[in-house]
Amino acid sequence: MKANYRSLTLLLLTSLLFTLLSGCSSLGASPWERDLLAKPEMSLNANNLDLSLDDHIYFSKEGTSGGRGFAGGGCGCN
Amino acid sequence: MQLIKSEGKKNGKRKTGKKAKAAHVTSTLLAASCALLGNPTIADDWEFDTAIMYYSEGDRVSALEGIVQAKKTFKNYREFSAKFVADSLTGASANGAVPQAEPQTFTRPSGNGQYTSNAGETPLDDTFKDTRYQLNLQWSQPLSERYIGSTGIQFSTEYDYLSVAVNGMLGRYFNNKNTTINMGVSYASDTIDPVGGKPAALSDLVIDNGQFSSQEAFNTAFADSRESSSDTKTTLDWVLGVSQVINRKWITQFNIGLSEVSGYQTDPYKFVSIVDDAGIAVRHLHESRPDSRTKQSFYSQSKYHFKNGIWDASYRLSNDDWGVQSHTLETRYRFLLSQNRYIEPHIRLYQQSEADFYTPFYNEHETLTDFASADYRIGKLNTYTIGIRYGMKLSKGREYGLRLEYYNQTPQDAGKTAPGALSTLDLYPSVDALVVQFDYHF
Repeated sequence: MKANYRSLTLLLLTSLLFTLLSGCSSLGASPWERDLLAKPEMSLNANNLDLSLDDHIYFSKEGTSGGRGFAGGGCGCN
Repeated sequence: MQLIKSEGKKNGKRKTGKKAKAAHVTSTLLAASCALLGNPTIADDWEFDTAIMYYSEGDRVSALEGIVQAKKTFKNYREFSAKFVADSLTGASANGAVPQAEPQTFTRPSGNGQYTSNAGETPLDDTFKDTRYQLNLQWSQPLSERYIGSTGIQFSTEYDYLSVAVNGMLGRYFNNKNTTINMGVSYASDTIDPVGGKPAALSDLVIDNGQFSSQEAFNTAFADSRESSSDTKTTLDWVLGVSQVINRKWITQFNIGLSEVSGYQTDPYKFVSIVDDAGIAVRHLHESRPDSRTKQSFYSQSKYHFKNGIWDASYRLSNDDWGVQSHTLETRYRFLLSQNRYIEPHIRLYQQSEADFYTPFYNEHETLTDFASADYRIGKLNTYTIGIRYGMKLSKGREYGLRLEYYNQTPQDAGKTAPGALSTLDLYPSVDALVVQFDYHF
């Protein structure tokens, strides 16, 4: 049951990825339209120290880690 | 995971009317000329990001963590970054045993001495104290016009734990750099060296209640409950990601992650209580977790630039073969108060199901399974965070920020009926934490 669920999730995610990729060519901004995206605060990992401190807290306090980046925490974190 | 680098820096002061329009045209032209011409020969100076954070759970754990991150961009967009982290943890941590109407005595992890829990309260191990140091070194550079690569190492050391990890990432640009596909892998090798040695799985906690004829007799019994002095664990992480620019104001990201953890994953300082029909804890066992864990995750993030604000929203779905499935929703909205100041509220909601082997306690007549843990962190759990960040940009690219967060963990009843006196006690107390952080960029 669990294996089926996992396969289904993987299949859905893969389909989503390919759908997104096929639609990607019509999306985007021209190089001269990147004034807003070029702002440091528009970076997907803006305030990366906040994210790294939060990752450490949640890795220590919850049963799940990773997603945005690698899941490994590299600490005992009791 | 994101390999796209910011291509610009700061804008000027706020202007109105025609001036604003002119400034917009100028910045657009500037961005365009930078993108079209590039200037790969210019090397930037070092940039530093520093932060100090204080985390406190009140009567439980408190931590002080400091980070210094240095980054330098060399010719041809090659970049080196180094990050040093130091944190100090003190306080008390729930040891997994059930609360009782009477105070309970536990042996310290080292075997030397005891600690006593308060009547009616979750037993806390107050011997918890550690200092950790971490160093990350990362190098990234374009490999060709369409490819970017990155590689790094990480060391982390604390009194009872050592971790060494290496990582590598490869990104490819498509559609005029509007689409980036990234693939990353990380391998970590950890050594766990528990205080007092590694307890044998599901062995009884040896407590000196006066039944031993001598200290030596206790020491022998304690040593018998230990399997070895240390153990190891390896983690192999894979991440496949796509980031996509939707339009001038909108960027998104999707990641799929796979994590294979192999080796010792038990918490050597946690117990599972065995209670009788009256709800009295008669023994405490050292917990035991499987030595392999496979986790999958899906992560999506979207960022949108409104006229006077930036909205960041993300969702993560995670699932593993321990039975822990979680949903995480997170959002931030940066109100741009002026060109140099912002205020950013933050909300995070998290929900997880319990691991298959999670049990808040064992009944005396229950058959023990191979694995058992009463650690609420792998139990059924809801948490939420609300916070706010204030930031101000100063001259010469300097910037400071202040952050305040409130974090609440509310363990949920996993559906096990508490016998006798245990039913009147709180088996799932919530934990509140406060986070204060100051950061400075220069």
